Amino acid sequence: MTKYELLSGNEAIARGAYEAGVKVAAAYPGTPSTEILENISQYERIHAQWSPNEKVAMEVAVGASIAGARSLASMKHVGVNVAADPLLTFSYTGVGGGMVLVSADDPAMHSSQNEQDNRYYGLLAKIPVLEPSDSAEAKEFTKKAYEISETFDTPVILRTTTRVNHAKGLVAIEEPAELAVKDYEKNPPKYVMTPANAVGRHKVVEERRLALTEYAGATELNRIEKGSGADGRIGFITAGISYQYLKELLPEASFLKLGFLWPLNEKLIKDFAASVDQVIVVEELEPVLETQIKAMGVRCRGKDIIPRQGELSEEVLRTVLGKAGLPVAAAAQPEYASSQKLPMRPPILCPGCSHRGMFYTLKSMNLHVSGDIGCYALGSAPPFGCLDTTICMGASITGAFGMELARGEEFAEKCVAVIGDSTFFHSGITGLIDIVYNQGRSTIIILDNSITAMTGHQDNPGSGKDIKGMAAPAIDIEKLAESIGIRRIRVVDPFDLKTCREVLKEELAAPEVSLIIARRPCALHIRLKNPPLHVDQEKCIGCKACLKLGCPALSVTDGKASIDPLVCVGCGLCPRVCPTKAIKAGQKAAEEAKTNE
Amino acid sequence: MSKNTSILIAGVGGQGTVLASKILGLVAMKAGLDVKQSEIHGMSQRGGSVVTHVRFGEKVYSPLVAQGSADIIMAFEELEALRYLPYLKKDGLMIVNQQQMLPMPVITGAAQYPAGPVDEMSGKGIRIKAIDASAIGRKEGDARAANVVLLGILANELSFPQEFWTEALEESLKPKLLAMNLAAFKAGQAI
Repeated sequence: MTKYELLSGNEAIARGAYEAGVKVAAAYPGTPSTEILENISQYERIHAQWSPNEKVAMEVAVGASIAGARSLASMKHVGVNVAADPLLTFSYTGVGGGMVLVSADDPAMHSSQNEQDNRYYGLLAKIPVLEPSDSAEAKEFTKKAYEISETFDTPVILRTTTRVNHAKGLVAIEEPAELAVKDYEKNPPKYVMTPANAVGRHKVVEERRLALTEYAGATELNRIEKGSGADGRIGFITAGISYQYLKELLPEASFLKLGFLWPLNEKLIKDFAASVDQVIVVEELEPVLETQIKAMGVRCRGKDIIPRQGELSEEVLRTVLGKAGLPVAAAAQPEYASSQKLPMRPPILCPGCSHRGMFYTLKSMNLHVSGDIGCYALGSAPPFGCLDTTICMGASITGAFGMELARGEEFAEKCVAVIGDSTFFHSGITGLIDIVYNQGRSTIIILDNSITAMTGHQDNPGSGKDIKGMAAPAIDIEKLAESIGIRRIRVVDPFDLKTCREVLKEELAAPEVSLIIARRPCALHIRLKNPPLHVDQEKCIGCKACLKLGCPALSVTDGKASIDPLVCVGCGLCPRVCPTKAIKAGQKAAEEAKTNE
Repeated sequence: MSKNTSILIAGVGGQGTVLASKILGLVAMKAGLDVKQSEIHGMSQRGGSVVTHVRFGEKVYSPLVAQGSADIIMAFEELEALRYLPYLKKDGLMIVNQQQMLPMPVITGAAQYPAGPVDEMSGKGIRIKAIDASAIGRKEGDARAANVVLLGILANELSFPQEFWTEALEESLKPKLLAMNLAAFKAGQAI
């Protein structure tokens, strides 16, 4: 009897890689892709690793593939931008062992700075794109991707979206294939991409494109589900999660469900179109399929009715398809709703967060802050509202330098960059070298909580552990900075508010580049849980100074501050900002609080 | 499709909604049903509003519960119960933990916490089970077991055999936390 497990899309991809005989897997954490490598790392026979960034991960997987092993690199959509350089040329060389790049896209930007559609990378790099629509397909398509990769001598993109990565479904568990590493033979015309060789390889890529186009017409990854009745005259061409929503709405319609998204097979599309009265292309984000289908001369509807922003859903499709005259039941009116205005509950810095002290200080000094990607992007939210910019991994440092070049010394004296330790290792180091080399005077703050926190506490080159939790060399940020020629390096505890302020003043005034390392471990990672603090109601004057910390445990009602003992982790920061010393720490305070109850 | 069961679990990042949905999904799988569930991790975990969707039945396509179609909403916090109310189907059941956690806009004074969420829902004629699950969890050893207390209440509304729940709890929890959580689950069932 087949054994089934309830797996997320990410767990299923990891299982697929294991069953396919993958030997090397590398990634940089990024939502919604992170759990792929975390799960792969649990299979003993696979070498799994966190790399400092996606380009590095991709190149490690490329090298492993050329040397004959099946390999995998996984990353979030914006990570593929970082890895695009090796990706586009690896398309030319082709593979040794099969190689799959998992691109986890994030429509609706649940945890991202943009919602780019990475299916375009298939067209750009001329490599096949597979897209599963649930966990079962996530595993099956991963295995299929390795077959395609080796049959057609090409890397393959497995493109997923958040609702597939983080949704769970039943997955059939199968036996893993043998771990087979192909023989390696040095082959410069294939793998040394000097212009002369690359010209020859480009020809191979175009031939491969034609062969893949033919394959797209035959593979079971693309399937037609013939509908019935009047609804069966409606033909949807769709892929990924959109397919699942449509099956809920119009189960009897006809479907061309694509799992192999690039290249498309013209005959398959045209035959399907001819079998129905109307064709509607339903895809999230960009009209990637629609544009190609229209270029074939097939009449279809698509982005004229389907939204181009955010995620689709049953509700969204019911509404837009209904408006377009399709026989979907009118959008279900919600039966119940509150008549009150409900406050939002945006994400916030955790109780005890090491970043809180630094943002409090930056806010009180009214500085310009060039921000970066990580938990500390939450420094942009009230009550801090600190950040001037957040663009991409590493851009805090280089962005601050650019601002300095544009606006001069006076601006630089009021401007800092903030970047986390993991993001610094990812792509902050080169920016720092740029400032040293070009003799800038920027003030850079590394918020070093010694973990990759936002994505769920993955280790990194500074944390002293590898992906399996084993001891690993920890890169010393101070020594690294010293070695590239930075003379002003300061280490502070971000909760030591007085020292932070003094150090910031000194370094902002210094006419050369400064590096301030604000070091304190992530409270969530070390599970900080000291006895909760307590507000002495007699001493509290209700000045709300403590609310400037933006701590979820603190609130002021009826003119007095109070601390929620269920939320407070006893980090000890709020007593430092209380002008009347009304906030008490320690066991005694906790007991006192209990008696008062 | 109406023959599937749709359950929405809403709460605040860190309250254990994901674990609760995992246990529920496992139970449905043990019962031989098709299961899909959806959650979002990442930024919203940091104290934000979180919701997980669990759907089970003969054949489930979408992992998401559509508005107006949840058979049961299990809310870990009162404001979050109100927020996801539009997902509840007519005559659906609202299980709500009587806990109020102030969101940052309320703490900073930019917004107000809604008045009497439970009363408002009762006033609309909604079938509601409101319970201070954190207090019950605390009595069993840890206020954080509120999620499992709520699962106990949910179990009474679904017709899965008891041993599936016990097995799912065993498979999902660390051994040292199991006894306490089993007690919390039973306390929920006893309500």
